[in-house]
Amino acid sequence: MWSQRHGRLRPVGCGVEELRRRRREREAALRKARREQQLVSKRLLRDDAPEEADGGCVAPILGETEIQQFLRLSQRGTEEKERERALVTLRRGLQHPETQQTFIGLEGSMRTLVGLLTSNQALLQLEAARCLHELSHSEQSVVAEACLPATSYLLTYVSGHSSDLIELCLYTLGNLIVESEAVRRQLLPQGIVPALAACIQSPHLTVLEALGYALSQLLQAKEAPEKIIPSTSAGSSVLGSTLPQHMLQLLQPGPKLNPGVAVEFAWCLHYIICSQVNNALLITHGALSTLGLLLLDLAGAVQRSEDAGLELLVCPVLRCLSNLLTEAVVEAVGGQMQLRDERVVAALFILLQFFLQKQPSLLPEGLWLLNNLTANSPIFCTSLLSLDLIEPLLQLLPVSNVVSVLVLTVLCNVAEKGPAYCQHLWPGPLLPSLLETLAFSDTEVVGQSLELLQLLFLYRPEAAQDFLQQSGLQALERHEEEAQLQDRVHALQQTALHG
Amino acid sequence: MQLPPALHARLSAGPAATEPLPVQRDPAAGAAPFRFAARRVRFPREHEFFEDGDVQRHLYLQDVLTQVAGPPERPRVPEFTCQVAGCCQVFDVLEAYEHHYHALHRNVCSFCKRAFPSGHLLDTHILEWHDSLFQILAERQDMYQCLVEGCTEKFKTSKDRKDHLVRRHLYPADFRFDKPKKSSGCGHRSPSTSRSPGPPAALQELAGALGEGSLPLEGEDMEVCSEHTAPPAEPRGERRTHGHRIPSTICFGQGAARGFKSTKKRNKQQ
Repeated sequence: MWSQRHGRLRPVGCGVEELRRRRREREAALRKARREQQLVSKRLLRDDAPEEADGGCVAPILGETEIQQFLRLSQRGTEEKERERALVTLRRGLQHPETQQTFIGLEGSMRTLVGLLTSNQALLQLEAARCLHELSHSEQSVVAEACLPATSYLLTYVSGHSSDLIELCLYTLGNLIVESEAVRRQLLPQGIVPALAACIQSPHLTVLEALGYALSQLLQAKEAPEKIIPSTSAGSSVLGSTLPQHMLQLLQPGPKLNPGVAVEFAWCLHYIICSQVNNALLITHGALSTLGLLLLDLAGAVQRSEDAGLELLVCPVLRCLSNLLTEAVVEAVGGQMQLRDERVVAALFILLQFFLQKQPSLLPEGLWLLNNLTANSPIFCTSLLSLDLIEPLLQLLPVSNVVSVLVLTVLCNVAEKGPAYCQHLWPGPLLPSLLETLAFSDTEVVGQSLELLQLLFLYRPEAAQDFLQQSGLQALERHEEEAQLQDRVHALQQTALHG
Repeated sequence: MQLPPALHARLSAGPAATEPLPVQRDPAAGAAPFRFAARRVRFPREHEFFEDGDVQRHLYLQDVLTQVAGPPERPRVPEFTCQVAGCCQVFDVLEAYEHHYHALHRNVCSFCKRAFPSGHLLDTHILEWHDSLFQILAERQDMYQCLVEGCTEKFKTSKDRKDHLVRRHLYPADFRFDKPKKSSGCGHRSPSTSRSPGPPAALQELAGALGEGSLPLEGEDMEVCSEHTAPPAEPRGERRTHGHRIPSTICFGQGAARGFKSTKKRNKQQ
């Protein structure tokens, strides 16, 4: 599904270097935009900027007269083919920002376009919808907002039956949604949530993917946690609809799972969950078990090397699981609520290895899940030991400081459970690794290493002896002056020397 | 990162929860100056922890959703004709037929042959236009249902409903799929009742277009259906001529099943 789309829409005639450069630029821009999110930035969300028109299929920029001509021809041409051609030409012209500006400046142009959209001419309908789509993902607010008069119709067609048209309308709506809160303030009363809830039952994968996209844009909105997600808000809300159940159904692993569709809904679920509105509701719908099984499935796909683009799906799944595990209801004893299957740990490590190769920046997210799994769970801590995963975990230490801290935290989770656990931690590769991390300069890494040492010495006193013999004291000494570490360093020195 | 070989096998094996090792904590653990406490961590949506993953997500969106560039490659099939009686449109691509069918034949009113964008609007139309019981009931209770899916409000008149659509749902005042049924039959054109507000000039322009492409029927106003808004000022005479000029055997491939029924039948549908 994905590779099809990629193939279709990559710009032709761009060298690999050029593509990389563009990607780096866009990545930098996105990072900047995300950081500014703290300051409330509308622009952030409009990351659906069109590719610059490359040498490939370029249509000339259309002027006012030409636009009017094509519009008139589309409306009144005597031959169907002629009308179609006129509208296609207009649509191509609308790929240019200049044409877009001219178009929206013409009186009655949007009205005519809406007229064509709602006409009984099937092909004109589609072309008109494509024109609207071009306008919808303009970077210029004024152009995208010019589409507002069409939204009630877009929503009407989303409730229709033509999958091609529905798909277009959904992507257009998705683009408009991120435009501004003002747009959403119009779309919500117009009934976008019930329309999406009805549409999610469509059997068409292309429609579902488009729907997931539109919904994810809606859920990403800043006001979503207050106005769009909660089931108490007036009118329709996401949690008040049947959307959550259907979303989870679309994430069920198995032969019917479509990666392109799943990616969108996994992100939808992530936005809902991290908004912390009513995660208990999702858990009652079986979110934990669905996502856990999906995780196993994804690890299986990695094992079979069917992993193209898989990190795009794994990432939101990990986030959802990690956040859901913090819900109080999970603590309640009752088999289904808790994740107990130790295969989850096995799957997670397979995915960590996968991240290490493909996308190291996602390692922290994987380790975050591992922390949440092991923190309060003797079962999963035992799994780590019985599946021999301590050593692979240690191999991640050198990756980065953030990763080191997380690895050490997980190890602390295991060690703090007592002597039975620490028995498996020493003798072994742990102590040499700790001696290495003590040599790091990052205070947090060293601090977490000290915590782990305390637990180890407490529950496995023999380890302290070994530590001394391996020049542990010298390793500690270098941090004696560090304000954040001194107290703990001294305490450890005492313990090691005097027991 | 070397994973133990048995791990892969473990994944394929059935679910199991190992018997956990006994937990036995010492109060000194994590005691000052130490501070470790095992706990689950949650991150809210804005947290910088999510930066990398979010950036990847948006790069994906940008790569994939640049432009819905045009009709994707669709395999061609041997030419075939639309099977609906009276429609002679020909196709050689299945998806084009699917769209055609859904646009023109799917939600078609069996009484007046108008096509609607959705089943919901069709149902509403049939109820309000062709159900005689509806008119009777409407005199006593609120029967005009709001057109927005999910909204359960009902109204006494279609005007009240329209007001609701505009005020509560921010619909355009001239929403094309909400035109009131004309109470009088053909030959009566009351500009005041079934008109929508809007610049006459624009409507005229549309009217002209509609006059050509669709099938204007005598004395017909464009009510709740997917055809264009009727122009307020188009002279009746012109339309009548139009109606007579086009022989019924010619098919425009757009719900032509409507045909040119005699006005007598139309009059019955009040």
